[in-house]
Amino acid sequence: MPTYGKGLRGLSILTLVTITAALVLVFFYAPLDASQGFIQKIFYIHVPLAIVSLCGFVFGGLLAVMHLRTGDRRWDMRSYVAIHMALIFGVAALVAGSIWAKASWGHWWVWNDPTLVSYLIVLLMFATYTPFRFSIEDPERQARYASVFAILGGAFVPLNFIAVRAAQGFVHPRVLTLTGSNLPGPMLLTFLVSLLGITLLYVTLWKYEMAAKNARIQMRMLRRRLFGDDDISPLQRSAAPTL
Amino acid sequence: MSLFAIAPALPLHAAGKYVAGAYIVFVLVILIYVTIMAIRLGRTERALVELNDDLARREEGSGDPAAPGDPAAPGAPARRDPHPEAARLSGAGRGPGDSPL
Repeated sequence: MPTYGKGLRGLSILTLVTITAALVLVFFYAPLDASQGFIQKIFYIHVPLAIVSLCGFVFGGLLAVMHLRTGDRRWDMRSYVAIHMALIFGVAALVAGSIWAKASWGHWWVWNDPTLVSYLIVLLMFATYTPFRFSIEDPERQARYASVFAILGGAFVPLNFIAVRAAQGFVHPRVLTLTGSNLPGPMLLTFLVSLLGITLLYVTLWKYEMAAKNARIQMRMLRRRLFGDDDISPLQRSAAPTL
Repeated sequence: MSLFAIAPALPLHAAGKYVAGAYIVFVLVILIYVTIMAIRLGRTERALVELNDDLARREEGSGDPAAPGDPAAPGAPARRDPHPEAARLSGAGRGPGDSPL
């Protein structure tokens, strides 16, 4: 049984330090944007959250590939937690972006921007992941079908990203391109530290949840040792993976 | 203090409320998540303590460690679980909406 709690304390401290450093840089180092002014500070939380959530969906897909390759259900659980975490980050990104849109464009949401709408589609697609799992009673089939879903969803994310990049009409500013960044040095540094902080937060929370789930599994095994199989009722239908 | 002296003033009267709102949303989401996890972790810890107590009682009653999963072992606790918390976490009497993990 792997131990996911190993190194969690160090990782948590590193995450806290990085996020604190990022906040200091955002509010006391990065210059005010010439056109947007202070409202542009949302960029340093909104964009890293969106990037990390999309990468989280891809990560979940890659873990699902490992599940289908090995048949080991622990990979399914890792994939489930990765997608679950990415969804939480995605909701935070969406709300932060919506606040920025209201301040900048005067609307909480606009439907004519491919970036916004495509992100919403990805988010809604992965929002069906948990109900999809719940709809399948047999845990073995649930894990297999969920992995296929996660792989297809994970593959859809980069394709969607490329399609949006290819779109001509957009409201969203393009500050990060394949050839580099349009951000000035201090802004870029602040953004990269923020991105690192949010990435570390994602990894920490992923490990945290995996450690918690692992502890509960060990609890169940301990109880089985103590009371025997007969005393433990079979698990009822659930969206969460079981081992 | 010098950092605050050179830092741009925070325009909390205009765009500041939106910026604060975005960052508060982020903190709230993380806080809610961590709180839920902490509650579940506390539940797991309590159940673990109960299970350890049961195991210790069983071992004391039999003189030697009971066979794993042998409810008929000497000193084994009654089949009815005295610790509903541990039973709930272990899957006994679970509802459809509850996560087994």
